[in-house]
Amino acid sequence: MSETRFTDSHEWVRLEGDTATIGITKYAAESLGDVVFVEVPEKGRKVSAGAEAAVVESVKAASEVYAPVGGEVSEANAALEAKPATVNDDPEGAGWFFKVKGVSSADFTKLMTADAYAEFVKGL
Amino acid sequence: MDTNDNLRRTPLYALHKELGGKMVPFAGYEMPVQYPAGILKEHLHTRAVAGLFDVSHMGQAFLAGDTAQLEKATPADVIGLKDGMQRYGLLLTHDGTIKDDFMFSRLAGEVPLYLVVNAGTKEGDFAYIQSELKGVTLTPRLDRALLALQGPQAVTALERHSPGIGKLTFMQVIRTTVAGAPAIISRTGYTGEDGFEISIEGADAECVARALLGEPEVLPIGLGARDSLRLEAGLCLHGHDIDDTRDPVEANLVWSIGKRRKTEGGFAGSDIVLGKLANGTARKRVGILPDGRAPAREGTEIIKDGVVIGVITSGGFGPSKNGPVAMGYVQSEFAENGTTLELKVRGQSLPARVAPMPFVPHGYKRS
Repeated sequence: MSETRFTDSHEWVRLEGDTATIGITKYAAESLGDVVFVEVPEKGRKVSAGAEAAVVESVKAASEVYAPVGGEVSEANAALEAKPATVNDDPEGAGWFFKVKGVSSADFTKLMTADAYAEFVKGL
Repeated sequence: MDTNDNLRRTPLYALHKELGGKMVPFAGYEMPVQYPAGILKEHLHTRAVAGLFDVSHMGQAFLAGDTAQLEKATPADVIGLKDGMQRYGLLLTHDGTIKDDFMFSRLAGEVPLYLVVNAGTKEGDFAYIQSELKGVTLTPRLDRALLALQGPQAVTALERHSPGIGKLTFMQVIRTTVAGAPAIISRTGYTGEDGFEISIEGADAECVARALLGEPEVLPIGLGARDSLRLEAGLCLHGHDIDDTRDPVEANLVWSIGKRRKTEGGFAGSDIVLGKLANGTARKRVGILPDGRAPAREGTEIIKDGVVIGVITSGGFGPSKNGPVAMGYVQSEFAENGTTLELKVRGQSLPARVAPMPFVPHGYKRS
């Protein structure tokens, strides 16, 4: 059983057990345009909630990807470095950025639900 | 400009919206940064086939009277420009720094010169030209539209609406018609590709743009791809790669100074510029290729042996190069092609090297 939550900086987080998978939303991917470079954090790195954890660059600009929840990076999607366009093709699936383990459910439940995020995006 | 209400629109605004253009503020105008195809496809299509750009925000004007006076404000050879030719020039301050870059044309059989300056600087440029030159009348034509049709098949598409246009070679310019509308067409552009710039009455712009977009070769292209195309072509963007803190010598634009002008001088800041030409400059504009995949953006520090020796002034991803490309200024002793450098990107030092420009060969139709 997994649930997905969202941030106002347009990351999505899918929690399974105490491991969160993190990426950028479809809205973010469309706003950025063609992604040409991705930098993901190395395994074992400790990240705190709200800290810069990855980088995504389109032709036009570079953007930070923040860790919506704190924990230790357990895996990174190295495939994105070779094929950054995956972020545009499947932002909320194969285009995931990294996984964090040891996530507290309190951190997670603070984030927006899918409905709340949809409302938030509508207002932008 | 804090709200979109203050932004100006070109005559093609409605068409951009209809085509799904993503509109952004640029130089006081609301302009399409991209269309639904996206910057990557737009860029590659222009290099491979043809793309249409709205550059109506740029400043068009006619300079009548004693046009030789323009040599007071630019080191380019104005007097020697032949009928039917266009030329690139720099507008200089009295300190010998770059106020703007611009194109000027001598249309066959006409006394007035046709000028095109940058969008964000046009009012200031026009005021400067009018105040520096005696015995001239400058007539800005902000009512006119300007389209750029660029790419190896631009000529094929344009021939259908402007028969015979393919006879022009690079930097030639004529008065003709396009899709029935009176036009000034030059075989120039700012993408590094073969192509044309088409100046027309604002009222004709939408009709002409629709006619060109109706050709199977032509896609609409936004400002995003315009920027990546010109960067790969090694061409300067005013306000970034050149501005009034840079001079023509360090900017590596000495080729735009007329041969006669190098000995005669007589232009704003000429003593300073000719001194630099003789003695060299402390810095030089160079091409820079990062070794990895990470783009180095404008403002990135350039490091050699732990010391900051320069700065990136334009940088990003080059879709045709399929990797990061950049240009910037370095201390002249490090300007040699092949010099290894480091770029400070997000706190990390990334290896890079000085590289010749253009990064993608120019496709100009020179003969």
